[in-house]
Amino acid sequence: MLINWFRFSSPVSFYPLAGSWSYALGALAALLAGAGLVVGLWIAPTDATQGDAYRIIFIHVPAAWMAMFIYLVMAGWSAATLGFNTRLSAMMAQALAPTGALMAAIALWTGAFWGRPTWGTYWAWDARMTSTLILLFLYLGVIALRSAIEDPRRADRACAVLALVGAVNVPIIYFSVQWWNTLHQGSSISFTAAPKMAMTMFAGILIMTAAAWCYTIAIVLARVQAIIVERERGAGWLESLIDLRAGGNA
Amino acid sequence: MSPAILLEARRLAAQRGNARLFAGIEFTLATGEALVVTGANGSGKTTLLRIVAGLTIPAEGEIRWRGKATHPFDAHLREAVAFNGHSPALKDELSAEENLDAWTRLYDRGLAHERIADALDGVGLFGQRRLPVRVLSQGQRRRIGLARLALVRRTLWVLDEPLTALDAQASGVLGALLDAHLDAGGLCVAASHQPLPIAADRARGLVLGEPA
Amino acid sequence: MSRAPRQRNANAGALRDAPAEAARSAGVDDARASVLGAIGWALARDFRVALRSKGELGVQLLFYVIVVTLFPLATSPSPEILATLGPGVLWTSALLASLLSLPRLFASDYDDGTLEQIALSPRPLVALVSGKMAAHWLTTGLPVAAMAPLLGSQYALETPMLGTLTASLLLGTPILSLLGAVGAALTLGARGGGTLLALLVLPLYAPVLIFGAGAVDAVRAGVSATPHLSLLAAGLLLALVAVPFAVAAAVRIALD
Repeated sequence: MLINWFRFSSPVSFYPLAGSWSYALGALAALLAGAGLVVGLWIAPTDATQGDAYRIIFIHVPAAWMAMFIYLVMAGWSAATLGFNTRLSAMMAQALAPTGALMAAIALWTGAFWGRPTWGTYWAWDARMTSTLILLFLYLGVIALRSAIEDPRRADRACAVLALVGAVNVPIIYFSVQWWNTLHQGSSISFTAAPKMAMTMFAGILIMTAAAWCYTIAIVLARVQAIIVERERGAGWLESLIDLRAGGNA
Repeated sequence: MSPAILLEARRLAAQRGNARLFAGIEFTLATGEALVVTGANGSGKTTLLRIVAGLTIPAEGEIRWRGKATHPFDAHLREAVAFNGHSPALKDELSAEENLDAWTRLYDRGLAHERIADALDGVGLFGQRRLPVRVLSQGQRRRIGLARLALVRRTLWVLDEPLTALDAQASGVLGALLDAHLDAGGLCVAASHQPLPIAADRARGLVLGEPA
Repeated sequence: MSRAPRQRNANAGALRDAPAEAARSAGVDDARASVLGAIGWALARDFRVALRSKGELGVQLLFYVIVVTLFPLATSPSPEILATLGPGVLWTSALLASLLSLPRLFASDYDDGTLEQIALSPRPLVALVSGKMAAHWLTTGLPVAAMAPLLGSQYALETPMLGTLTASLLLGTPILSLLGAVGAALTLGARGGGTLLALLVLPLYAPVLIFGAGAVDAVRAGVSATPHLSLLAAGLLLALVAVPFAVAAAVRIALD
């Protein structure tokens, strides 16, 4: 089964592909999330030191990982935009940013709710949380720059440069915040000191991470479809596609 | 000397946002030829000129200079182009002389002060050459732009509305500059509402259509 | 004081492309000279323009002084608290002063059309923007670093801390100019101007702030500041090498 991948590099041909994959992965994400929550909320044992409050890590950890991964993927698509000057790679980068920001926000929010019962404080300026907060700012910056530039092609390339500059800085930021934190706080409060992992807990986190991946891809593909419609407005192929849909089966 | 074709435009298309400005533009320009681009406001004249100068990426098509395909900011093209856009490109805080001195040093090896003063004299600004550009009128600033064309030797002139704010005498200077430039084998692509002050048979026309 | 108008003799010789084209085949030395010449050109021009608008520079320095003066009013003038706050306040105010001056870097050239001419010149754009950033630092970061000892003594910082503060600012403010230039170039012609620029650039400033202020804190705690200063120096070297390419790309995108 040889697929000519380059056939899908134009928004025209990618549109229907995005649609079917989006539905498929969305369904898979729902299944995995269901399984993961069953594992996390019922099957995994209660932790000795943290009680049941620790269970929020089944959302917190996947979200934090996804926030990082999505930025790297966005940077990858940005590099493709600058290197090959393709429209679709820019649209993928544009579609990834809001989901990445959402993941970072979820990580911060759930982290706060983990911190409260466990260490008595919502926000403790620990290294990972602070880095995630700065990562959220980087996402918001890319989104803000996109909406501030009128011409879509110029916005594509400007956001690509910003995403790449941010990507180079992310390791530096993580390192510097880690350094700052160890100098000032010691390790009294650290989100890396998660409860010692029973196998079921680890499995639960992995399942939830897989669910998060599927969800991310599904929602990003759906968002890319919306972006394609918005930006290719006026191109003939779109009208004919809608005519087909209205006339025939969806 | 049979004119050699130096500039080619193939299948040029441009868009602003989602609207297509123009498509399928093709032309060639040989030494000693001028192309005058006309069209209604908003038809994309400035965009076309910026594509030729190498500032803007066209939505489709390419520009070839001396037979080689160029991309925006191509060094090959940059060494040949002089671009006069909407703004006279002068720092308000510096004087006319200092501005021209800076440009000649950037684009070339720099020129003696007498050459610069001569050029400013040629456009009637000898007395104002040491004043900060801030106090000069729009017409005077455009005349400094003319002096820059005379001082910085380039093969391809890309001029956007060169007659704006020029009085009759300054228009005459522009005409003389253009004639000398084309005589020496240079090329010119200009957008202009009014006819350029050169012999009609030297200028070919290109009309851009109404915007959609 | 006007000469009698006379006919200019247009150079009727055959037009050829700029000397730079011939120079390109002349070898590496000419290329190096072109890069240094380009940096020098941009530095001299921007510096001269900045000196002609001394008022604008003065206002930025005044902003720095005022902000630094406001903090004790909001907290407490007691020397212990001041000494704890001092490095952070002085560094954060330097960040804000840098943000305030960044639009000046490209916006005025963009508005009056000179940025296009610079980008279309035969010289390497990377070298030209490097010269601009150097001029920006000389007129913004360097004065801030020079004033640091004076303002630091307001915060009851002792002499060794003042020395480290100045050193950290001397190493850190060029990084602020470099990273800020990326933001300034990307936001040219975009809505939101200065505030958008701040949103884009402040997260990138975080490591510089951490190591810069941290260096002074280390001295206050009696520990050596060498690790901090070394990391700042390494960051500066990395930024000097890498950032001008990003800035040149961003300028070209803005001129599209």
